[in-house]
Amino acid sequence: MDSSLHKIRDQLAQVPLLGWLLGALSAVAVEYLAGFPLAQALGLAGIPALFGFETALKKPLLIPSTILYVLVVYVLPAVAVAWLSAALTNRLAAELLRFPLLFSVVIHLGLFYAALHLWASLNDYRVLVVRLTLIAIMLTLSLNVVNGYMGEFSCSHPGFMALGAYAASIFTVAAFVHDDVFGPPLLPPALGPFMFPIALIAGGLVAALGALLVAIPSFRTRGDYLAIISLAFMFIVKSFIENLEIVGGPRGFMNQPPWANLPTVFVWTVICVAVIHNFTSSTLGKAMCAIRDDEIAADAMTVNTRRTKIVAFLFAAFWAGVAGGLFAHVMSYVNPGTFGVLKLSEVLAMVYLGGLNSVIGSIVGAVSLQLLMEALRPLELLKWIFIPILLILFMIFRPTGLIAFKELDVEGLLKPRRKPVEEVEYAAASD
Amino acid sequence: MPLLQIENLTHYFGGLRAVYNYRVEIEKGQIRGLIGPNGAGKTTVFNLITGMYKPTEGRIFFDGTSLTGLRPHQIASMGIGRTFQNLRLWRYMTALDHVKLAHYSRIRYGLTGAFLGTARRQREEKEIEERAYALLEMMGVSRFADQVVTNLPYGVQRKVEMARALAVEPKLLLLDEPTAGMNPEEMRETMEVIRKIRDDLGLAIFLIEHRMKVVMDLCETIQAIDFGALIAEGTPEEIRNNPHVIDAYLGKEGIA
Repeated sequence: MDSSLHKIRDQLAQVPLLGWLLGALSAVAVEYLAGFPLAQALGLAGIPALFGFETALKKPLLIPSTILYVLVVYVLPAVAVAWLSAALTNRLAAELLRFPLLFSVVIHLGLFYAALHLWASLNDYRVLVVRLTLIAIMLTLSLNVVNGYMGEFSCSHPGFMALGAYAASIFTVAAFVHDDVFGPPLLPPALGPFMFPIALIAGGLVAALGALLVAIPSFRTRGDYLAIISLAFMFIVKSFIENLEIVGGPRGFMNQPPWANLPTVFVWTVICVAVIHNFTSSTLGKAMCAIRDDEIAADAMTVNTRRTKIVAFLFAAFWAGVAGGLFAHVMSYVNPGTFGVLKLSEVLAMVYLGGLNSVIGSIVGAVSLQLLMEALRPLELLKWIFIPILLILFMIFRPTGLIAFKELDVEGLLKPRRKPVEEVEYAAASD
Repeated sequence: MPLLQIENLTHYFGGLRAVYNYRVEIEKGQIRGLIGPNGAGKTTVFNLITGMYKPTEGRIFFDGTSLTGLRPHQIASMGIGRTFQNLRLWRYMTALDHVKLAHYSRIRYGLTGAFLGTARRQREEKEIEERAYALLEMMGVSRFADQVVTNLPYGVQRKVEMARALAVEPKLLLLDEPTAGMNPEEMRETMEVIRKIRDDLGLAIFLIEHRMKVVMDLCETIQAIDFGALIAEGTPEEIRNNPHVIDAYLGKEGIA
């Protein structure tokens, strides 16, 4: 029994990422074709939105049915397809790597997006959760640049997010929407979706400008000062917006056009991850790590420490601002209360749970915590006892987070797990 | 014109006089030694040269330019590399990344390259990597290139630090106790490396050392300081027999 389990594990270890994506796509296809009848046959109210956690927590009697559903719809098809296609996908992955890496990355992302889109399209709640999760990835990753790579402790991320959210919202609402406060649209609304990226970038730039205000006084000192100043900044932004009548003050600001649909958010997340990965893996970006580990040595090795710190901080704030802009257009409503201490602790938890100094760690941290928070929603208030306890346990047993200090190795991720038979023969023949 | 010229340099920490009226002239290709008892102000002199401290008084010229008011990274980019007494390595970074990072001031791809991963950046990064690897090879530690420095033995860490200082492409190399904590075998090796660096790269070396054997063997001229003030200067032979130096190290005779 034990050895057969090992065998299965060894077999599955030979499936490349491409195979798993194919498996995921087929599992989603199964759900698309047979999800509703199956859920009805098993006595479930509808197809389980998030892998049945919610149903299981609300109606424990349905636990066996949800487990069965997850097994039949997701696990079995995914594993079966991944396993059976391993030979094919390994060969395909090897073929793809002969082209520039970007080509391979685009194919993988395309497959992933296809599965994600199909899965989300079955349920409106899923679309929302997926978009919020993607936004959480952007936030977590950008905070990791400051708290992980640069080793400072910044608390102003919700503030930057708020700046981005409000700036982008004002841009889109004033320019393209008929609004009570801002009046008729300044530009033809048909142009709107094309101008949306500009609105987001403007939001990011406003957030970066705010970051400059924090950076100038705080980077002359070291350590705790940034934490204190940035925390103060977060509250300043919050009360500033609360007192700004033109955007609704504490009541919030609405009427944002719903342009942040799933593909848009996905593309922005991919760009954000790619740019942050590029930056942190370049020698210019690694100067941040040198400053964190020993600033005096960094200075003596020609690193312009002041510039590096400010660039890193503004860069992180920019992405937080873009994430905020997307958030505002996902919800079509923002209010200043969202960007408070609760949001801050959420993002900090995602960063430290996922692991400092690691792009992949931040992605894992953001996705797992966001999904956990959604899945535990039926517990209501108990959720806020359960999640902190989980975090405390994590800090005790795995203080560096899930995946810390690991560079994202794109090629290693996409490469075939097993050499195709022909290639081995070629190699032997050419020797 | 000497490569490094310091005129009546004085530095106070609050009321404490750390360096007083210090002067030195170092020519290209020289190996200079700086000795003195603990707390004599040797490292402070280095910190003043590299801009980590601002001198209370005095002027420092490097390659004909005044260093007054320049920030440490600017001074380093002019061609002053240094190592530290207690190894200031970046503990989460690999040996190769250490040496690559010291090329910082010569990176030209800018933030656009860093964010977007342009072809120019790939090319520059590759060049830097090759040079960094060559420096590690020169120090004989290239097989540790991909290891995080914290895991490396002390002697190897010292060499990584030296390779990093050389990556700045210095004209002047400041070595702060390069053989501290080494056994005789490692010490001999380090001395050979220092000579080799001077001969191959033709740079000036200014070193602080506690072990008399190292200073006497390596340096052409030596300065001795005590309580921040210069007490003797000359060839190893002269320094060895200088009564002030003997006093500083062994205490005055005939007081008791």
